[in-house]
Amino acid sequence: MNKTLNQKAWFFVIPVFALVAFNAVVPLMTVVNYSFQETFGSNVFQWEGTRWFKEILNSERFHASLGRQFIFTFIILLIQLPLGIAIALTMPKKGWGVPVCLILMSMPLLIPWNVVGAMWNIFALPDIGFLGYSLNSLGFDYNFTQQSGDAWFTTILMDVWHWTSLVVLLSYAGLNSIQPAYYQAAEIDGAGRWDIFRYIELPKMKKVLTLAILLRFMDSFMIYTEPFVLTGGGPGNATNFLSLDLVKMALGQFDLGPAAAMSLIYFLIVLLMCWVFYSLMMKDEGRT
Amino acid sequence: MKKIKWVVPTFYIIFLMLPIYWLLNMSFKSTTEIINVYSLWPQDFTLDNYKTIFTDSTWYMGYVNSITYTVFNTIISVSAALPAAYAFSRYKFLGDKHLFFWLLTNRMAPPAVFALPFFQFYSSVNLFDTHIAIALSHCLFNIPLAVWILEGFMSSVPKELDETAYVDGYSFPKFFFKIFIPTIAAGIGITMFFCFMFSWVELLLAKTLTATIAKPIAAIMTRTSSTSGYELGLLAAAGSLTILPGAVVIYFVRNYIAKGFAMGRV
Repeated sequence: MNKTLNQKAWFFVIPVFALVAFNAVVPLMTVVNYSFQETFGSNVFQWEGTRWFKEILNSERFHASLGRQFIFTFIILLIQLPLGIAIALTMPKKGWGVPVCLILMSMPLLIPWNVVGAMWNIFALPDIGFLGYSLNSLGFDYNFTQQSGDAWFTTILMDVWHWTSLVVLLSYAGLNSIQPAYYQAAEIDGAGRWDIFRYIELPKMKKVLTLAILLRFMDSFMIYTEPFVLTGGGPGNATNFLSLDLVKMALGQFDLGPAAAMSLIYFLIVLLMCWVFYSLMMKDEGRT
Repeated sequence: MKKIKWVVPTFYIIFLMLPIYWLLNMSFKSTTEIINVYSLWPQDFTLDNYKTIFTDSTWYMGYVNSITYTVFNTIISVSAALPAAYAFSRYKFLGDKHLFFWLLTNRMAPPAVFALPFFQFYSSVNLFDTHIAIALSHCLFNIPLAVWILEGFMSSVPKELDETAYVDGYSFPKFFFKIFIPTIAAGIGITMFFCFMFSWVELLLAKTLTATIAKPIAAIMTRTSSTSGYELGLLAAAGSLTILPGAVVIYFVRNYIAKGFAMGRV
């Protein structure tokens, strides 16, 4: 759409700007402030320069949790995107099945995150949980509170359970926006099922899929509550993701300086990744 | 091909329902039964857990608190985002692109980063432990999302609609409320759904910003489970009840989800 130049449009944006700035600017400046200082409690601060940043960037602990975070997010995207698309493709297009599918599939999205964690905790417990009990009676040695592999498996399964529906909903909407004429044309051309998917459905879903990747990347990279309740970062540090580590440092040990420096580094990483996705998405919109 | 198509969604839905069923199953058992007997359905069906929640005000006030700040937040987010999204979809102005991206960066900010400064900030402006504090803090991620979704919907409405209305002698406010808002009603519905959803499910900030008066149900659950041992039955019942408001909201927007998504960023 060709937009008209109108500086008065700023007046429309002021409420949003004020509300978000109120929440973002002061707390963010607080974090920046802490990140350069050492605190001794009772409001005594000492200038430390870039010491915390250097320490964090060189610390094994940070590298480990950052590594875990990237692996986790990568696995999540790798599973949820194809699965979500597959489900959206096989969902009914009309009739009573549509609202049933949509309502049931949206359910996990509306459950508070700590309830998701708690729910999966009791679902996966080896003695009283359905998942844990079944796996153990099938002969698997499964215990997510003891073995790190099982903890990872459970966390990933939980996230697949929790968020795949978002990808499904987005892809389904993308598929629904395709005009029937495209399919008719494909039929006349004698296109197979794969060709339809590859040359019609996938390109048409490109925008929603970018959005899905963006949202899933952000949220899985910031994941906190669910693993906190499910595993608490354990066993050991096996599922200690970035957010968990950060909160442990800030609220648990009250190391405000290092925690603030880590917050900023964390924030910058997310920002950089999202900027890349966002630019890609906007470039697309500009072209079409 | 046609006949086996329903297999994938069916299995997916079964997979989704299993943990929920397990939670419901446990909510109708007593804690001793949960710990001692493994059974696929309650052997000794009881409603005691629910009774406790509905008679103990520390429990049921949690739900009232959560719903209060969620509704506040949805109203604030959507009403602030409406004019802003209109501006972004219709006009060019100084710094518009940067502003839009800056808004989105707040959606990307990990709440864990903000937990401690938020606590200090809201304490210093005397809003700590109020519903409005949580509602305002959730604006951090809900407003960017609302602006983004609404902007998508508004951009799909042709500009001729605005121009025709002005030619017909409509003033801007009259046009905006009488014509424009009804046109994008589906978009507003879906935006409210998302704001409600993300405010309802968020715990970290809600927990950090409250002590007793405005404590959300999710935080009450974590407290109870840690102090009085694991009261699994009660926990399961409380958890099951948190699913309810979400289910109600989905039911109302079910038609908007299907149509709404397609009208938005597609």
